[in-house]
Amino acid sequence: MPDQLLFAMEVTLNGLMTGVLYSLVALGFVLIFKASGIFNYSQGVLALFAALTLVGFQEGQVPFAHLINAIFGTEIHHFGWHLPAILAILLTLAVMVLLAILVEKYILQHLVNQEPIILFMATIGLAYFLEGFGDIMWGADIKTLDVGLPQGISETIDETTYEWFGYGFFIDRLDIVATVIAAILVISLTLFSQYTKHGRALRAVADDHQAALSVGISLRFIWVLVWSIAGFVALVAGIMWGTKSGVQFSLSLIALKALPVLMLGGFTSIPGAIVGGLIIGVGEKLFEFLIGPMVGGATENWFAYVLALVFLVFRPQGLFGEKIIERV
Amino acid sequence: MLDSGEGYITPDGRQIGGVMMEMKNITLRFGGVVAIKDISFDIREGEIRAIIGPNGAGKSSMLNVINGFYHPQEGEVWFRGEKRPAMRPYEVAELGIARTFQNIALFKGMSTLDNIMTGRMTLMRANILEQALWWGRAQREETEHREKVEKIIDFLEIQHIRKTPVGRLPYGLQKRVELGRALAAEPKLLLLDEPMAGMNVEEKEDMCRFVLDVNDEFGTTIALIEHDMGVVMDIADRVVVMDYGKKIGDGTPDEVRNNPEVIDAYLGVSHD
Repeated sequence: MPDQLLFAMEVTLNGLMTGVLYSLVALGFVLIFKASGIFNYSQGVLALFAALTLVGFQEGQVPFAHLINAIFGTEIHHFGWHLPAILAILLTLAVMVLLAILVEKYILQHLVNQEPIILFMATIGLAYFLEGFGDIMWGADIKTLDVGLPQGISETIDETTYEWFGYGFFIDRLDIVATVIAAILVISLTLFSQYTKHGRALRAVADDHQAALSVGISLRFIWVLVWSIAGFVALVAGIMWGTKSGVQFSLSLIALKALPVLMLGGFTSIPGAIVGGLIIGVGEKLFEFLIGPMVGGATENWFAYVLALVFLVFRPQGLFGEKIIERV
Repeated sequence: MLDSGEGYITPDGRQIGGVMMEMKNITLRFGGVVAIKDISFDIREGEIRAIIGPNGAGKSSMLNVINGFYHPQEGEVWFRGEKRPAMRPYEVAELGIARTFQNIALFKGMSTLDNIMTGRMTLMRANILEQALWWGRAQREETEHREKVEKIIDFLEIQHIRKTPVGRLPYGLQKRVELGRALAAEPKLLLLDEPMAGMNVEEKEDMCRFVLDVNDEFGTTIALIEHDMGVVMDIADRVVVMDYGKKIGDGTPDEVRNNPEVIDAYLGVSHD
């Protein structure tokens, strides 16, 4: 096989792996949008906040250390213990659930029946609040996150492909793990929504609020549930991204990459979020590889948005979204 | 006309029990508009109670009060001998009051089976952790309740559409699925908002049969709103008549039919 083609294949594979991360963030958006019609701008910050909290717990950081030091003139930073990864993850999950409860109690509950734009503004507010709060709580320095996921180039794949094609594929082991975990996550979420009462309730609320109330579904509980799930998905995305490139505040910007993913996949479709993420992931890598050199490179920054624009013009409901037909 | 709160025997020989639900002097306003004006009536255990009246009489509002969607400014709602505090609709559902809607409110993207399964929401006990881990009660309940739902599907003769997303079903069948979802809750009181509206004669006959069968086989108390007078006269034990938010008649179908005020309202004689 010609080298060029093999290289394209490697690029495609790498793109798929990046796409998985986009999909994860987009999935969080879709879950909340389906259940409550809210476009949750803070999804990316949720991932950042989850990752910050996870590192904080793991390293035994003292929350609000800067604040405490500034006020009392102390010099505390760490408790001096290290939590096992699994315990830290469970604690972070608990924090995300608590956050969901607070969001429902102090934001959503007061904005019931408001225009979507108002709820959207509220989530922008939440995004900036959380970013600032995360900063005060855990500090703004870049942190390394290591929960024991395998990292580095997989030698097995490198050697095997070298034997087969005479060309070794460079695939990050973390990417493979991320893909497997994302797949498990999506399958479990699907099973949950199909075969449990609250899973069905989630789908019911997405379809018809009034009918859902009449069969005994508490909307408030569903909102807490869906924000908790979105928080959980954000935590998974935060772990992947944080392990890959460190926990830093630019993490919240990945949320912006999820926007074109949603345009492609449709705002209400979970398979759409997955496929959309993969298309964007592969698309931007391949485009950079094939067209990049002709236009001077750096296409990865804008490719996704241009693709989204094309979709907006020709297929505004996305690949899997519901087509809106207005009855006259 | 009944005065005491005791039961009675219907012309077709069914024993009706004591008062299940009592509406006392209900007044409901939307801003300056009075939708319901000082209405009182009761619903007895095991009876089929109809609420009739011209368009805009406040019938659906009354159902929404019973169901907790609306909260009346004045008056009291008594259920099984206790005064009911202002409740949210999902809490009312937990009391054993299920309903259908005038403009079908089904979960359109979900299958018939899943729609009816949501009806069992209030009867399933598994907590969120058990559900997330598909463990213990979550797993057990899913099979148990599925069996109950299959029985309802058989009862309503909709086996052939079990897996069809309900959005694709014809109107008459959607109405039937909605009845199924309400039945799945094993309600003590079933509220039906125009269950036969927009149906053809055959569909109406089917629906009448189901309503009567539900009442007969499960002993479910039913309150229904209906426009088709023929249907109401055939199946209702007692009828409340509303007009412009006021109660203008209450009694057996025969009594109501001969009530001059009711005749006026229906024939459109001027209110002066």
